[in-house]
Amino acid sequence: MEFAELIKTPRADNAVLHRPFYAAVEGTLCLTGHHLIFSSRRQDNAEELWLLHSNIDSAEKRFVGSLGTIIIKCKDLRVIQLDIPGMEECLNIASSIEALSTLDSVTLMYPFFYRPMFEVVEDGWSSFLPDQEFELLHAVTDEWRLSSINKEFSVCPSYPPLVVVPKSIDDDALRKVAMFRHGSRFPVLSYYHLKNGMVMMRSSQPLTGTNGRRCKEDEKLINATLRPGKRGYIIDTRSLNVAQQARAKGGGFEQEVHYPQWRRIHKCIERFNILQESLIKLVEACNDQSHNMDRWLSKLEASNWLTHIKEILTAACLAAQCIDREGASVLVHGTEGTDSTLQVTSLAQIILDPRCRTIRGFESLIVREWLQAGHPFQQRCAQSAYSNSKQKWEAPVFLLFLDCVWQILRQFPCSFEFNEHFLVTLFEHAYASQFGTFLGNNENERSKLKLPQKTMSLWSWVNQPEELEKFKNPLFEANSLVIWPSVAPQSLQLWEGVFLRWNRPSKFLDEAREEMNSIVKYNRLLQAKVNALRRQLAELETDDRM
Amino acid sequence: QVEQVKLLDRFSTSNKSQTGTLYLTATHLLFIDSSQRETWILHHHIAAVEKLPLTTSGCPLVIQCKNFRIVHFVVPRERDCHDIYNSLLQLSRTAKYEELYAFSYNPKQNESEQVKGWQLIDLEEEYKRMGVPNDYWQLSDANRDYKICETYPRELYVPRTASKPIIVGSSKFRSKGRFPVLSYYHKDKKAAICRCSQPLSGFSARCLEDEHMLQAISKANPSNRYMYVMDTRPKLNAMANRAAGKGYENEDNYSNIRFQFVGIENIHVMRSSLQKLLEVSGTKGLSVNDFLSGLENSGWLRHIKAVLDAAVFLVKAIAVESASVLVHCSDGWDRTSQVCSLGALLLDSYYRTIKGFMVLIEKDWISFGHKFSDRCCQLDGDPKEISPVFTQFLESVWNLMEQFPQAFEYNEAFLLQIHEHVHSCQFGNFLGNCQKEREELKLQEKTYSLWPFLLGEQKKYRNPLYNPHFSPELTLLEPNTVSFNFKFWRNMYHQFDRSMHPRQSVFDLIMNMSEQNKQLEEDIKELEAKIKRKNGQSEMVLEKEHQQPARPAPVALKTPPCFKKDQPLIPLNDAVRTIEGSNAADNRYSEFMEEFSKAEPAIVSLEYGVARMTC
Repeated sequence: MEFAELIKTPRADNAVLHRPFYAAVEGTLCLTGHHLIFSSRRQDNAEELWLLHSNIDSAEKRFVGSLGTIIIKCKDLRVIQLDIPGMEECLNIASSIEALSTLDSVTLMYPFFYRPMFEVVEDGWSSFLPDQEFELLHAVTDEWRLSSINKEFSVCPSYPPLVVVPKSIDDDALRKVAMFRHGSRFPVLSYYHLKNGMVMMRSSQPLTGTNGRRCKEDEKLINATLRPGKRGYIIDTRSLNVAQQARAKGGGFEQEVHYPQWRRIHKCIERFNILQESLIKLVEACNDQSHNMDRWLSKLEASNWLTHIKEILTAACLAAQCIDREGASVLVHGTEGTDSTLQVTSLAQIILDPRCRTIRGFESLIVREWLQAGHPFQQRCAQSAYSNSKQKWEAPVFLLFLDCVWQILRQFPCSFEFNEHFLVTLFEHAYASQFGTFLGNNENERSKLKLPQKTMSLWSWVNQPEELEKFKNPLFEANSLVIWPSVAPQSLQLWEGVFLRWNRPSKFLDEAREEMNSIVKYNRLLQAKVNALRRQLAELETDDRM
Repeated sequence: QVEQVKLLDRFSTSNKSQTGTLYLTATHLLFIDSSQRETWILHHHIAAVEKLPLTTSGCPLVIQCKNFRIVHFVVPRERDCHDIYNSLLQLSRTAKYEELYAFSYNPKQNESEQVKGWQLIDLEEEYKRMGVPNDYWQLSDANRDYKICETYPRELYVPRTASKPIIVGSSKFRSKGRFPVLSYYHKDKKAAICRCSQPLSGFSARCLEDEHMLQAISKANPSNRYMYVMDTRPKLNAMANRAAGKGYENEDNYSNIRFQFVGIENIHVMRSSLQKLLEVSGTKGLSVNDFLSGLENSGWLRHIKAVLDAAVFLVKAIAVESASVLVHCSDGWDRTSQVCSLGALLLDSYYRTIKGFMVLIEKDWISFGHKFSDRCCQLDGDPKEISPVFTQFLESVWNLMEQFPQAFEYNEAFLLQIHEHVHSCQFGNFLGNCQKEREELKLQEKTYSLWPFLLGEQKKYRNPLYNPHFSPELTLLEPNTVSFNFKFWRNMYHQFDRSMHPRQSVFDLIMNMSEQNKQLEEDIKELEAKIKRKNGQSEMVLEKEHQQPARPAPVALKTPPCFKKDQPLIPLNDAVRTIEGSNAADNRYSEFMEEFSKAEPAIVSLEYGVARMTC
């Protein structure tokens, strides 16, 4: 297919761009296969807007006489308005945008066409390989092994080729366990707590069904992670009710009779359309400037967004607590083990592991716990808050995770190497990107699409020194402690950097942040200078003495 | 003194507690726990004491403070509890001003310092700064002996064309005699903010002098002959007042006025709103939705927005239309004070400095007779007079600080400290309800002023991001009052609930850093000078040996202090780290951790409770 077929009117002059808090700009609108480009014709202060078609969540057209207006709502929640003179042009452009922003085939997406303007120093596709990660683990314990049982994605389609499992469990046993777990997602290692050797594993639900099936190998596998005489905790991210209902569909939960050494805790984390609707409601509330206080608060409440944040954070704190405070190992799962499970396991690691609070460590966490663990990004992030499609599989699971990280970052502003901008950037790229990192739903699909060969990795770009600088938190000072966030409603806040980003002028806040950064930089400069001068003085003094 | 008293964690669901000893002093209630941590509670801060039904572990005693601290003690013996309860009731309810802490508080100042302290804020100077008196405005001696209005200060500024009969006539037509006077004068626009109380208009009464008075105000503004009259009450309330012979200005009777209601609720609504807010925020195991709906139902943020919206309206009239504005509510000492002071704060960057904020409070709140004593319940009095009007003012300022982080010289701690002392009765500034009362109490002789103490420790109250010359637009603040900009002020209402706050404060860190930067700059200068001297010295040693005797002395003297300076630098660094809590060995952080290890299992045990049920 040629993109040109979809572009009936590639260019419209005298278009006007409206954005909130900016003056309207007149200019030329161009459509390319992947971008909507608006360029002001003014010579002195040429302004250009490049918008990826894949970032467009919805486009509405309206007409007043022969003047057409297209309102474009983006996945990063921005809303812009384009006035296009000429009814036909406007209709053509609107239908092109519609078609180009909803391309069916992944291989037509921009990452397959994007050619980087920067030199790739380090290929992000090979920055975080499972065997390298395993080396780190292997250095401290030999209770675990790297199994290549899933090499051809033959055992579990949503798992990566390499998984970490207890050493005492062989691949044959794993195959049997896979039969007993939803989507074959057998329990694998998610995190090893250096401090006390406790571990966190994740899986999907066991397929106990109504007649209480059991699987000896499954029991053996997870028991293998327990120290003698110790108990472990299973955190089920569903309410007991939901878990019980799952039995009717062949799913279920670990019965205490068969898992006597495990204590099960049910936490209720919502999924799918409930989350998507929550996002839609929240964004709707944030975008309406006319709400009076009562309406705003009741809309914020009705969105339930912060409730989800609290639930997820609480579950993650609980998992972290079991590991760090109770000295117990933990198994986390929900139904498929690809959504709420990953929210819990990854957030628990941020709480427990200082490494995950560095930029590189956080990237590695996302690769391990989200990309390789098989969070279906392409399904979940197909549309954002403005879509009308209402597909069951669309859900802001990853955005909720980032929001939770932001909440912790706010409470421990000096313990993270990265800043808020980094989180916002990840949000943007998960939904629309020139990089291939978040394409596909799992490693299996990614390898079939040959993403590492055909597209650029987000990490290749992020990890360039000059880009990295923008994502660094100037206040960072490594904190080796476990950080326990407060989950009281009074401590949780709306993530303004995402949800109010386009809804209010941020000049004063940005300038204040700049000022803060410059105070920190100045401090470093002065410290260095004082040290240098001291040394100089000391030298002079020793010279004197001599 | 009672031993073995337990202090319960306010939000813990598992009744975690610390055991310690409770002491009752003449001015404070003191609790020292087993790790020697002290909790001081000033008796004047106590808003309510409540004895709960006896439990197995003892007799619970809940103390609510005006600074929103809530402590929950469990006293082992009921008799002790009863004794404490009675003593606290007595001690926290003072009948006479002379018994308040301010009259016994002695900060070791001599008399001249005390006098100087009281002279720190000079309102005459302030009016001069605004450019008054001038061709249009003059100081009136009409109220010199509080004859016209008891609740106004002696010195009042009025239009030059307002003669004494007009003033007297107008004051008779205004509730409590509070006739229109100048509150703020905008030099550039030549427009004024004036304030008064409601007119005694009833359904049809008019008063020519009052009409003249308003005309005089509008004529005193050469830039715009129209003036706004802002009635800060909801229209319904104002109309109801007409039945009592009060009311609002009839546009037909006054020439060149534009009349506007802005709908801020009265003190009773505000009191119950705060009450509801505190009930919600004090709930154990609160869910997000209960919190948000509680916040909504309390109406608190709606009221804050209404106050700020009113101030924005006022500022627009002055900044955009150069029109003078007359502000009133019913008596003109609550809502009027809020709107006038916030308006001035938005218009004039001086009020965003530490000193300027003190002046603003002295002018629009203290001197114009905001009834601090009644509103803050300094004496045992009518509970219906209590209202968080001043707290709302501080909260509005905090909201502005959140939107304009670089526009204010002071920080949040400054607002919290002022709030603390409005209720503490430790200093004389806020005692009494009006200036006349304060003079009769001889506060300037018998008590001390708060302001010099705050200025003395102003390092703590400085905003490290403050930039006075940052941008010319900042002279006028134009806040965005869309609802989502208003947030729950956690640091005010949960000031003492540490587990709720960020464990690391960017603000403290930046504050320390900018302090440290100054120190480092000094050090660099000193070091450079010394190196220069050293270099010079060694050259001199080589070249002009005879000059040496004169030199070594200062060098020898100066070297050691410099090397001692090395030390303070490192602790200073440590202090920075302390706040970051990044060091495991650090005391303060381990304190957090300790607290957390106590608070946090609450969640776990709750979950385990659920787990037990479901397993």
